[in-house]
Amino acid sequence: MSMDRMNGAQMVLKALAEQGVEVIFGYPGGAVLPIYDAIFQQNQIKHVLVRHEQAAVHAAEGYARSTGKVGCVLVTSGPGATNAVTGLLDAMMDSIPIVCLTGQVPTHLIGNDAFQEADTTGITRPCTKHNYLVKKTDDLGRVMHEAFHVARSGRPGPVVVDLPKDVLMKEGEYTPAARVKHKTYKPQVKADRAALEEALDLIANAKKPIFYTGGGVVNSGPAACQLLTQLVRMTGYPITQTLMGLGAYPASDPQHLGMLGMHGTYEANWAMHDCDVMICIGARFDDRVTGRLDAFSPGSKKIQIDIDPSSINKNVRVDVPVVGDVAHALEDLIKLYKARQIRPDASALKDWWTQIEEWRAVDCLKFNQDGKIIKPQYAIQRLYELTKGRETYITTEVGQHQMWAAQHYKFERPNQWMTSGGLGTMGYGFPAAIGVQMAHPDALVVDVSGEASFMMNMQELGTAIQYRLPVKVFILNNQYMGMVRQWQELLHGGRYSESYSEALPDFVKLAEAFGAHGIVADDAATLDEQIKEMIEIDKPVIFDCRVDASENCFPMIPSGAPHNQILLGPPGEDNDAIGDEGKVLV
Amino acid sequence: MSNEVEEIVTHTIAVLVDNESGVLARVIGLFSGRGYNIESLTVAEVDPAEKLSRITLVTSGTPMVIEQIKAQLGRLVPVHKVRDLTVDGPSVSRELALVKVVGSGEKRVESLRIADIFRANVVDSTNESFVFEIVGKTDKLDAFIALMEPLGLVDVSRTGVAAIARGTGSI
Ligand SMILES: Cc1cc2nc3c(=O)[nH]c(=O)nc-3n(C[C@H](O)[C@H](O)[C@H](O)COP(=O)(O)OP(=O)(O)OC[C@H]3O[C@@H](n4cnc5c(N)ncnc54)[C@H](O)[C@@H]3O)c2cc1C
Ligand SMILES: Cc1ncc(C[n+]2csc(CCOP(=O)(O)OP(=O)(O)O)c2C)c(N)n1
Ligand SMILES: [Mg+2]
Repeated sequence: MSMDRMNGAQMVLKALAEQGVEVIFGYPGGAVLPIYDAIFQQNQIKHVLVRHEQAAVHAAEGYARSTGKVGCVLVTSGPGATNAVTGLLDAMMDSIPIVCLTGQVPTHLIGNDAFQEADTTGITRPCTKHNYLVKKTDDLGRVMHEAFHVARSGRPGPVVVDLPKDVLMKEGEYTPAARVKHKTYKPQVKADRAALEEALDLIANAKKPIFYTGGGVVNSGPAACQLLTQLVRMTGYPITQTLMGLGAYPASDPQHLGMLGMHGTYEANWAMHDCDVMICIGARFDDRVTGRLDAFSPGSKKIQIDIDPSSINKNVRVDVPVVGDVAHALEDLIKLYKARQIRPDASALKDWWTQIEEWRAVDCLKFNQDGKIIKPQYAIQRLYELTKGRETYITTEVGQHQMWAAQHYKFERPNQWMTSGGLGTMGYGFPAAIGVQMAHPDALVVDVSGEASFMMNMQELGTAIQYRLPVKVFILNNQYMGMVRQWQELLHGGRYSESYSEALPDFVKLAEAFGAHGIVADDAATLDEQIKEMIEIDKPVIFDCRVDASENCFPMIPSGAPHNQILLGPPGEDNDAIGDEGKVLV
Repeated sequence: MSNEVEEIVTHTIAVLVDNESGVLARVIGLFSGRGYNIESLTVAEVDPAEKLSRITLVTSGTPMVIEQIKAQLGRLVPVHKVRDLTVDGPSVSRELALVKVVGSGEKRVESLRIADIFRANVVDSTNESFVFEIVGKTDKLDAFIALMEPLGLVDVSRTGVAAIARGTGSI
C-alpha cells in the first residue's frame, strides 16, 4: 500500500494520467504551485500556458469538442477561478465535458477572506454540472475520478474540483480509478422499448416528417452520427440541424435542409412549421430555434430523444419522450424499423418533397458578389471551397460572421465545428482554435472571427506563438459589432449606439508584434490567392478580411415571430417586423 | 406557452440526497435560479450509515414546471431519488408548529379551549402566555394559527412539511 502514498499534488497528476489526459490548459498562482511543481517533475502530461484563464477553458472546450475527450483546465484560487467562470458556463450551456481544477486557500483559512480567497464552489455551482471542494488528501483520488466520470457521462458538462493548498501538500492514500464506485450518478443510456415502438408508429405513418437534430448527436459520438445518417437515408425524410448539431449529418447531402432557427434556411423553417411528425434527436427546443412558442410547428406530433429528462417537455410539449443516449436509441430504433419492415408512405413523401423543393427554390442564402468589395458570405464560401479537401476545423466567435459560417461552410463530419451556441461568448473562438490545434497538430484550424470578438481574447496570440500552433484567425472585418448593428437597424430605428468598432488596431502589425503573420484582403479578385497564402503559412495568421460593412444576416426570424414569418431580407419601411412583444426578447 | 393559461398545482416532492456539504445550497439554488416556488422545505438525515438525508419540498407551478422541477432535481449529482408524493399514490403529510399566545382573562381561556379542540399541547406556560405544540396537515395548522391571531398570537415556528407514501413502499 505504501506505493499509493503520496502528496495531494502528485495524486492530481496521477489521477490525470490514469484518466488518459494528455494536455492541460492552465495558468499558475500561489494556491496551485504544488501542482505546478508536480507538473515540472513529470513529462507525461503537457501543460499549455494560456494568457488568461477564460481562454484556458475555451481551449479545453475546443480540445474536447474536436476529440470527444474531456478537456482539462488548471487555474489558481480567487481571480484565477473567477476568470474561468465564463468558460465554465459556456461549457455548461453547450454540454462540453471539462474538468477544471481550481486552487483554494488552505482549509484552515477558508471563510476568513484570506488572500485570493473566493467561494469557488459557491460561485461556480450554477455554472457547472457539479463541483467539489476537497477537504482531505485521502479523498482526492476518489474525487478526481468521480469528476471525470460526471463530466463525460450522460449529458456532458463542466466539473470543478476546488483544491485547498494544504490538501495538495499533505500526504495521503491514493485511490485508483478502478476502486471508485459511482453511487448516484447513473444516467439512463438505453431507451425504453415501448417508447421506441411508439415513436416508430409515428415515424411509419408520417406524411410530412422531419428530423430535427442537434448537439446531442455530436455528444453521443461518431457512431451516433453514422446511425443518424443511416436512419435518415432509410426513411428518405428531410433533416435539419441546429447550430450545435452541424456536421453530424453531412451538409452536402440532398436530404439536408440546412440549419433551422433564427438564421436558419427558409426551407428548414417552413418544413418545421408545416410538418406532421417531428423527430427531435439530441436537440433542446432552444428559443433561437422555436421562435414564438405558441405558433411553433402547430400541427405536428413530436418525438424527442434526449439523455437528459430536463430537456424534455421544457419549452415544447412532446408526444413521445424517449430518454436515452442517441447512439443506443438509434441502434434499437433501426433494428425495430427493419424488423417491422416499415415502408414510408411514398406518395405522401413525394408531395412533401415537392413542397420542400419549392421552398428550397427560393434560394434563401443567395447573395450578390459583384465588384471589388468582398461580401462576407463570399469570403466564407471561398474559405470553404479552398479548405474542403483537407482536414479542416472551424471555430467561431459570436456575431454575424458566426451565422455566415454556419450558413455557408458545409460541415460534412462531426467534431469539425466548434462554436459558442448557448452562451454566445465573444472571445470563444480563438482560444478554442488553440485547443483544437493542440489535439490535431497537422490539421488546418481556422477561427472565423469578427473584429470586435477577436479583441476579447487576442492575448492568446502569445500562446499560439509559444507552442507553434499555426491557427488562422479569419476576421470578417465589417468595422461594426455587426450583429448588434443589425438589431439596432431592425429594432431601434438605425440608431447605432456604441456598435461601431472605433480605433481598430492594424491587424497586420499586431500579428507581427507577436511574431505571427498578417494579411489584409480588400479585393474580391485576389481573395482566393490570399486565402491560399494563409493556408500555406506554417505560423499563426491574422487574416484581416475587409468586408461589406452594411451587409446583414438573412434569413432571419424576428424575435417573437413564428417560423412562417421568416424574413428573407430587410423588412419594408411600413412593415414593422418585430412587435412590442418581440422587442423584449433577446 | 405565453397564451395558454395553465392551472397552478401544488405538489409534495421527496428527495433522497447524499448528506454532504453544499447539497441544500444546490437544491435551493436550483429553485431561486430558475424561478420556482418553494412553499415549504424540510431536511434531516434519515440514514446515518449511508449518510443519506431526505428533503421534503412543497412547491407549486404549472404541470410542465412541476415536471421540470423533478427533472432538474434528478439531474443533481448527489440526488439518489426523487418521488412526487402527490402523484405516486396516496401519502400522509404532517407539520409541527410551536405557537406562542400572550394574553389574559377571557382570551387566554379561549385560546386553551381552541387548543383543546385542535389537540394542541401546551408545552410552556407563564401567567400571561402559552406555547402550544400542534401537529397536523398544513391547513389544520393554518386554521389554528388564524384562530389564535385575535387571541394574542405573538410568535410562530413551523417545521415545514414532512411526508411519506402510504402502504408498504419506500422511496
Ligand atoms: C448569435 C447566435 C445566433 C444563433 N442562432 C441560431 C439559429 O439560427 N439556429 C440554431 O439552431 N441555433 C442558433 N443559435 C444557438 C442556440 O442558441 C443554441 O445553442 C442551439 O440552438 C442549441 O442547440 P441544440 O438544440 O442542438 O442543443 P445543445 O445545446 O447542443 O444540447 C444538446 C441536447 O442533447 C442532449 N444530449 C447530450 N448528449 C446526449 C446523448 N449522448 N444522447 C442524447 N441526448 C444527448 C442534451 O441533453 C441537450 O438536450 C444561435 C446562437 C448565437 C450565439
Ligand atoms: C462577451 C460578449 N459580450 C457581448 C456580446 C453581445 N454581442 C453579440 S454579437 C456582438 C458583436 C460582435 O461583433 P463582431 O465580433 O465584430 O462580429 P460581427 O457581428 O460584426 O460579425 C456583441 C457585442 C456577446 N455575445 N458576448
Ligand atoms: Mg464586426
